[in-house]
Amino acid sequence: MPPPCNIVVAGIGGQGVLTAAAIIAEVARRAGLDVKKSEIKGMSQRGGSVTCDIRFGSEIFSPMVPVGEADYLLVLEPTQLAPNRHLLRAAGATIEPSAVDAEKLPQKKMLNVALLGALSAHLSMPEQTWLDSISSAFAPKFFQGNKAAFLLGRASQDKSVHASAVS
Amino acid sequence: MDDQNKLLLSGDEAIALAAWHAGVALGTGYPGTPSTEILEDFSKLGGRAQWSPNEKVALEVAIGAAFAGARAIVTMKHVGLNVASDPLFTVAYTGVKGALIIISADDPGMHSSQNEQDNRRYAVAAGVPMLEPSDSQEAYDFFRAAIEISERWKTPVLFRATTRVCHSCTLVRPQAERETVKAVHFDRDLKSRVMIPAHARPAHKRLRQKLAEMQEWNESCPLNKIVPGSKPLGIITSGISFMHAREAAPEASVLKLGFTHPLPVRKIAAFAKSVEKCLVIEEGDPYLVESIRAAGIPVTGKHEMYRFGELDVRRVRRILNADSSPETAPPPGRPPQLCEGCSYRIVFDSLHRNNCIVAGDIGCYTLGSLHPFEAMDSCVCMGASLGIGLGLRHVLPPDQASRVVSVIGDSTFIHSGISGLVEMAYNPPPNGHVVVILDNSTTAMTGHQENPSTGRRLNHEPTGKVVLEDMARSCGIRRVQVIEPRVGSDAFDHALTEALKSRELAVIIARRPCLLVAREIKEYEQRCKCQEEGESCAAAV
Repeated sequence: MPPPCNIVVAGIGGQGVLTAAAIIAEVARRAGLDVKKSEIKGMSQRGGSVTCDIRFGSEIFSPMVPVGEADYLLVLEPTQLAPNRHLLRAAGATIEPSAVDAEKLPQKKMLNVALLGALSAHLSMPEQTWLDSISSAFAPKFFQGNKAAFLLGRASQDKSVHASAVS
Repeated sequence: MDDQNKLLLSGDEAIALAAWHAGVALGTGYPGTPSTEILEDFSKLGGRAQWSPNEKVALEVAIGAAFAGARAIVTMKHVGLNVASDPLFTVAYTGVKGALIIISADDPGMHSSQNEQDNRRYAVAAGVPMLEPSDSQEAYDFFRAAIEISERWKTPVLFRATTRVCHSCTLVRPQAERETVKAVHFDRDLKSRVMIPAHARPAHKRLRQKLAEMQEWNESCPLNKIVPGSKPLGIITSGISFMHAREAAPEASVLKLGFTHPLPVRKIAAFAKSVEKCLVIEEGDPYLVESIRAAGIPVTGKHEMYRFGELDVRRVRRILNADSSPETAPPPGRPPQLCEGCSYRIVFDSLHRNNCIVAGDIGCYTLGSLHPFEAMDSCVCMGASLGIGLGLRHVLPPDQASRVVSVIGDSTFIHSGISGLVEMAYNPPPNGHVVVILDNSTTAMTGHQENPSTGRRLNHEPTGKVVLEDMARSCGIRRVQVIEPRVGSDAFDHALTEALKSRELAVIIARRPCLLVAREIKEYEQRCKCQEEGESCAAAV
């Protein structure tokens, strides 16, 4: 059985960590994979750290990404890299806000979707599945902006750089 | 339904969907992480759901519904069951006519709680059957099974989930058909339901008889399953620990228990005998391992160090390797803090500057104990700020006693601060006491739920409103003030210092809607107003 793909999304309460994670999980569900997502959100709105684990593959047991086994660490705020780096496996890839040109984002708060675009370039699920999942996550009026943000992030990645981390 | 059409649901959502599909007539509860979403989702699906002032009342309302013959659920976090434990222990004796499912959402690791008590102990102490799901599919399926067990044995069922079941999303294939809510009527049965000693003595014997029958049924119950594996290692586990164990030891034979009280002892004994080494992997207290050993079955448990905090795959690997070397602590993240612009900042700043001894309580405002305010000296349980503040006032020397203040939020005050206020009126300390009620017009900490002092029901529709200042005055407190804490205003500071100086019993209500939901609260209020006046309005759309 192939190992699961493990992703950790980290940020600060209010940045859209949980929404980003929900979209990743929805993409995996639509791709027909087994998927689990685990989040800790008790006091997240109070500006504290928020992380969310997503795992997908043929069969997933624990909903939590074991320490040192994350394939991708997606951080919405640079300060959240240090506290979460230990979750990443040796060949794992980080996706940080610097991956996209913030000036080109339709709205500042769409950073989470732009970073999903960057993540998507490393994964095998079709672009349309991502767009469909993004579409179902927001009110229709935000779709065009989020689509632009997603494509901005998706175009930012040089696939060859992180090829070793792709499963 | 093919795989692509499976639903991706949290454990809480799966429980809500199961309750909806099972024709549950009434859901009650008090908000508490990680249980809160169950009633909210049940309400969104169309179920009748309501927040009670506290878990004891919530359970009592659900008992009433189940006495009438309806299917009822009551939801709470683990510490909520302490509050509801009084009715719990006796409804185990009375039994129910309909179905009563008590959902306890435990929080191992204390992500958002004041302790990590293991509520599996309550099933044993009260004598009620207990089911433990390990993912959302099981949360759905086990809930349906819990209804059957409750109705078959006319008993309340303790449905015990944990944070990683409640707040993890996994795929669910629900049963297609929804059962309708059945019509009920009252049948008099006072020997079963009036627990005077003459009735309670035989009721206790009936309870033990029921438990014996359930234990026998559990021996072949499909809620417990065996994952066949190698002979050298067998694992007995339940709940989320099953998932970690399957990943950490894919080769092992596993007995996964879903119906965990009363335990299927013969099934466990046969499994233990079928393997060379039998290890129990469970989160929290050594409940399974102690029970299994007490039945004379030789099994190995985890090292005491794994009693603390959550289990995960890495920790289960360590348990499998009997590794008790110190664990490395994860790097600290950013701690939560009172929001920028939160009106409570003004209150805690004032408490800090006035060098107050603060008996605190449970809510967002517990963050007032952290830097830069450090203006809280105790936080024990819901409502404790009043009693603890009074106790301090009674015995401390006057120079310290006169600086004691109890600080409590609006929802927490309704939950269990009211009886503390009555205590204050009844047993006033010699130099008075000051209670600050932080009223942000919502139950903010758990995600902004309504409560009796907001005047709106769970679904934000208007209802009767408990007015905090009226309640304080009705207890005989003469010094009652309502202050709006604002930046640049010293009104709160002034009210606090005057109250401390007065040596009277004082209640100061610091009232300002939580910034995070101020806009929503305004809309709800507008909608309520329109409904009262029988008008249609934009906010009602």
